[in-house]
Amino acid sequence: MPERILDVKNLKIDFHTYAGEVKAIRDVSFHLNQGETLAIVGESGSGKSVTTRSIIGLLAKNAKVMGGEINFHGQNLLDLSEKEWQKIRGNEIAMIFQDPMTSLDPTMKIGQQIAEPLIKHKGVSKKEAWAKALEMMKAVGIPNAEERINQYPHQFSGGMRQRIVIAIALICEPEILLADEPTTALDVTVQAEILDLMKDLQKRVKTSIIFITHDLGVVAGMADRVAVMYAGEFLEYGTVDDIFYNPQHPYTWGLINSMPTLESQKLEAIPGTPPDLLDPPKGDPFAPRNAYAMKIDIERKPPFFKLSDTHYAATWLLAPGAPKVEPPAEIQRRWAKFKAMQ
Amino acid sequence: MTKYLLKRIFYMILTLFLVATITFFLMKFMPGSPYANEEKLTPQQIHIMNEQYGLNKPLIVQYLLYLGGMLHGDFGTSFQYSNQPVSSLIAARLGASVQLGLQALIVGVILGVIIGSIAAMKQGTWVDSTATVIAIIGKSVPNFVLAVLLQYYIGLKLGWFSIAGWGEFSQTILPTIALSVGPLAETARFIRTSMVDTLSSDYIELGRAKGLSRMEVIRKHAMRNSFIPLVTLIGPYAVALMTGSMVIENIFNIPGIGEQFVKSILTNDYPTIMGVTMVYCIGLVVILLITDIIYGLIDPRIRLAGGEQ
Repeated sequence: MPERILDVKNLKIDFHTYAGEVKAIRDVSFHLNQGETLAIVGESGSGKSVTTRSIIGLLAKNAKVMGGEINFHGQNLLDLSEKEWQKIRGNEIAMIFQDPMTSLDPTMKIGQQIAEPLIKHKGVSKKEAWAKALEMMKAVGIPNAEERINQYPHQFSGGMRQRIVIAIALICEPEILLADEPTTALDVTVQAEILDLMKDLQKRVKTSIIFITHDLGVVAGMADRVAVMYAGEFLEYGTVDDIFYNPQHPYTWGLINSMPTLESQKLEAIPGTPPDLLDPPKGDPFAPRNAYAMKIDIERKPPFFKLSDTHYAATWLLAPGAPKVEPPAEIQRRWAKFKAMQ
Repeated sequence: MTKYLLKRIFYMILTLFLVATITFFLMKFMPGSPYANEEKLTPQQIHIMNEQYGLNKPLIVQYLLYLGGMLHGDFGTSFQYSNQPVSSLIAARLGASVQLGLQALIVGVILGVIIGSIAAMKQGTWVDSTATVIAIIGKSVPNFVLAVLLQYYIGLKLGWFSIAGWGEFSQTILPTIALSVGPLAETARFIRTSMVDTLSSDYIELGRAKGLSRMEVIRKHAMRNSFIPLVTLIGPYAVALMTGSMVIENIFNIPGIGEQFVKSILTNDYPTIMGVTMVYCIGLVVILLITDIIYGLIDPRIRLAGGEQ
């Protein structure tokens, strides 16, 4: 059994708005194993970012944790004071943001920005921190690091800036790295480079990664395990093979089916829009958009059904006695492949 | 950098030339004549005086003569002040205005930055609302109203400072306060907006994710970034304040350049009007140049043309 470094249990987060309480995270549980990459996929507004932000204690002012636990090294992070959080942030848990163009302070030298967490957390001298920053710049593949350490963000391209953001996140060798769509704002070619870099550094620094994305293509190359998130809940989770070749929840089917392949004649899409979380549905939140929905899907929330030690899905289709349905052709093709792999 | 400076200096000279030209002709179209008690002068006397000051020459000749004189630093002689050269007249009065203006600028900007920053940090609370109210009052109450109130309550009732006059430092306090309220309000409003904007930016969030406390993030990342744009505001303010607030100087009986400017316009004292205008104008273009250079120094994104990139 791999060691669990992070254990999130029954997390519930509300957002206070003028319209009322938005139930953004509704009873989410998951864990992160030592050294693995867990991808959380889902469309915009599904609660991926809110979930990760709660793990680093940087929720928006109007967000309120309504219940649950985030266990890290035997302590519940949700009980931490602001002072205690500051010791963890950037040190044991670090984060990479989506847009590298705006993530760096435009008036501060790159070297100083990279060295900052080290000076803050490890109490090293400025000189040592600077040397380590230089080392990090080389590690993330910035050419001419000796010269560029004295430059400012506007002198770097988007891909280079994201490398710098990664250097900042990893300089204290954190145990957990939260990556909130780190490649979304980048060109596709640069994306691949950044993903390779992250995988490479993950091995060197021995960090565990929670990777948020809405791009399943990125997931396949990056993650060990995948959790599918929708309307503030997890619907299915498992290893990359489980999710890509043996998907069980109709929402996961929809996501995979909407990935274009070389044979695609047209782009498939999931019809409809996610539910309004001011008044969340009581059953399976995907039911209104689900062509395979049954009456019970609307009335009762499905529990997680276990498919294997690693694979769980919350859909009534897996209940004993549920009718057999024909998933889309692409899914059936994948199922066949999965059987062959076993 | 040298190339950039030369270019800028060329434009400065061009600006000064245009201002001199436009002011000269506008001034000549002003109604009235430079002579007090005009009706008591005989036509001969007026003729003699016109001859003496060169006012009977064609306008274009007057203009060229004036430009020529200015190139030698000669702004002519005042019509009103017993034939004193304008340059020495201005020199004698510029000091008081510059001192008062600088004091008001420093006080106003420092207090404005403090109030604006606090308001931004406490955004949406009563502190923020109070600061906004202060800024609105400061912006909308004319400084001469404030000046009179200060004279009455602090000068007369409390007797802390003398009501008017110039000479001792204590006499500069009331006019400095009166004059600083405008820049204070403007700066506070500006800094609040700028700071709120900066505080919501991604690099502030990243600073927090690095483990910095809220105050550390503000000190290391937010302050510099939100204060930089203030430089553009301070430049023109500095000129406006240093070249004198005519009304404040009048109220406090300060022998400054602003007071003189008003008098010279009322009496059609052409050389003095021109002289003071040119001093304003030189001050403005020089300060704008300095502002741009400072901007380039404190904001790495702005590299002056020809600088390394």
